[in-house]
Amino acid sequence: MSFRAETLGFAYGLHEATFEFPQNGLITIAGPNGAGKSTLLGILAGLRSPYLGSCTYAGREVRQWPKREFAQRVAFLPQSVRLEFPFTAEEVVLMGRTPYARGWFQTDEDRSAAEEAMTITDTLAFRGRDFRSLSGGERQRVILASALTQRPEALLLDEPATHLDLRHQLSLYRLLGGLAKSLLVVAVTHDLNLALQFSNRVMVLDDGRIAGDGAPGDVLNPELIARVFEVQATVHGRWMTYEA
Amino acid sequence: MKRRENGDSQPISASRPEKVDTRSSKSEAVPIFWSLAALMAVVVAAPLAGSSHIELGRAFAGVSPDHEIFFYARLPRVILALLGGAALSVTGVLFQCMLRDPLAEPYTLGVSSGASVGAVIAICLGFRATGVASLAGAALVLLIVLGMAVEGRRLSSFTLLLTGVTMNSMAFAVILFLHSLASFSQSFAISRWLMGGLEAVEYSTLAWLAVVVLGVSTVVTAYAPQWNLLAVGDDWAASRGVSTVRLTAIGYVAGSVLTGLVTSLTGPIGFVGLIVPHALRLKLGADHRVLLPCAFLLGGAFLVVCDTLSRTVIAPTEIPVGVLTALCGGPFFLWLLKSRRRSLWL
Repeated sequence: MSFRAETLGFAYGLHEATFEFPQNGLITIAGPNGAGKSTLLGILAGLRSPYLGSCTYAGREVRQWPKREFAQRVAFLPQSVRLEFPFTAEEVVLMGRTPYARGWFQTDEDRSAAEEAMTITDTLAFRGRDFRSLSGGERQRVILASALTQRPEALLLDEPATHLDLRHQLSLYRLLGGLAKSLLVVAVTHDLNLALQFSNRVMVLDDGRIAGDGAPGDVLNPELIARVFEVQATVHGRWMTYEA
Repeated sequence: MKRRENGDSQPISASRPEKVDTRSSKSEAVPIFWSLAALMAVVVAAPLAGSSHIELGRAFAGVSPDHEIFFYARLPRVILALLGGAALSVTGVLFQCMLRDPLAEPYTLGVSSGASVGAVIAICLGFRATGVASLAGAALVLLIVLGMAVEGRRLSSFTLLLTGVTMNSMAFAVILFLHSLASFSQSFAISRWLMGGLEAVEYSTLAWLAVVVLGVSTVVTAYAPQWNLLAVGDDWAASRGVSTVRLTAIGYVAGSVLTGLVTSLTGPIGFVGLIVPHALRLKLGADHRVLLPCAFLLGGAFLVVCDTLSRTVIAPTEIPVGVLTALCGGPFFLWLLKSRRRSLWL
């Protein structure tokens, strides 16, 4: 078991969440604005504390993990990264090796991990470019590569498809689906169609509580969507349409 | 890659092949070496320049007045400029990174204003030890700002910034008030102090300044990989194993100690801590492993050059060094900005 939460809560935005995540698979967390999705992801990433109840990773409370050790196992991708300074794409990717750093200089292993991650995310072509000059989609792939250089067991993504066009959204989720064969991928999303098509499991949050948790086809039904999102939905197999 | 399979997923933009950029990380040592060479050249040349011609051989042979001019008038001043410029530039890099604000400089977080208030109070009360008073002022502001920004086990860089800016405003008000009450001679002394400037100081003072500036800068540079992460964001750094509260506290205390000490000896010298970091980023990029050592070396060299110009351009009259830092650095920075603007997406 990777993450396990019991009556997990936070001062604002999350109440008594109980769940277990497996070692691998793509899990999407959906819900309306303010439902507690990012708060939950932040707790899992070790970035929000103190939390109420219990949240363990590999049997150890998340807040008790040494930061470096935890970062070697769990990687977090923020929704977006805004840089004020001229870091290159490759420098941003190599930042993911910090949890393994033994000194001041990067090792050959660091460079090979970065190269491998950039190959997977198809970012080698602009490794030397200023990160700020990249498009939203390119930036998203670079920060995904940075997370992959951490060589994590679990990858936590906060709305990773927000800045992507339709083609890149599908490509990203296809890539995440591939990664999820060997590691746990947890992605917050607003796009229920992406959740329905690509995830192995969907957790829906509503007002800080878990409103549904299970196989996408079971959880994302018209009743739950009407109750949580106040939208009429029609499910057509692995996609759905909405009516306000 | 451990337990990594790409499965049947295709690369995100596989349908749009692009030319692969084979550039890799540039060697960190090359720009640091050239910066060191530039600093050494400047430090050797600067003490020889001045309104009175001197010869190095006569100075080392103890022949008067070359010996006195070189060892008691020019060399201490060059060393003070070197250490001051280095400290202000390193602090500028640090504060811009911590606050993720390109406009941040050593004087943003209030410590130098505290130092100025201390010095102005000393002048108004007739104390001779303006340096000690300004150090006390800097230390007081450091403690107040840190006390305000620390909340439990959290340290907000945003609160640091707001508190620092507020302390700057309050200190400015106190200085204005005291200035309005001061006598003519006190008013002149206050104006001179606030203008900033470099004067020859004793070697014992330079020795402890060198120990602190070198020591603090070394500690700060040791954390260079972590500053890279903090420059992106708190969550970004924390999720890669960095203790952001500890790092921010180290950055603030280190930058404040450097700024407070230098300000107590030179008064506020503007522009160095703002322009040197940006000029270096434009030429060398943002990697703090290169940026911090180069800021130390070239910041020192820059202030030595400005000080040398300030005492030679219209000798025997001296131009306040702060005027020179702005006049020399400003046009150069604007040229650099214009020439690199498109490639930097500014």
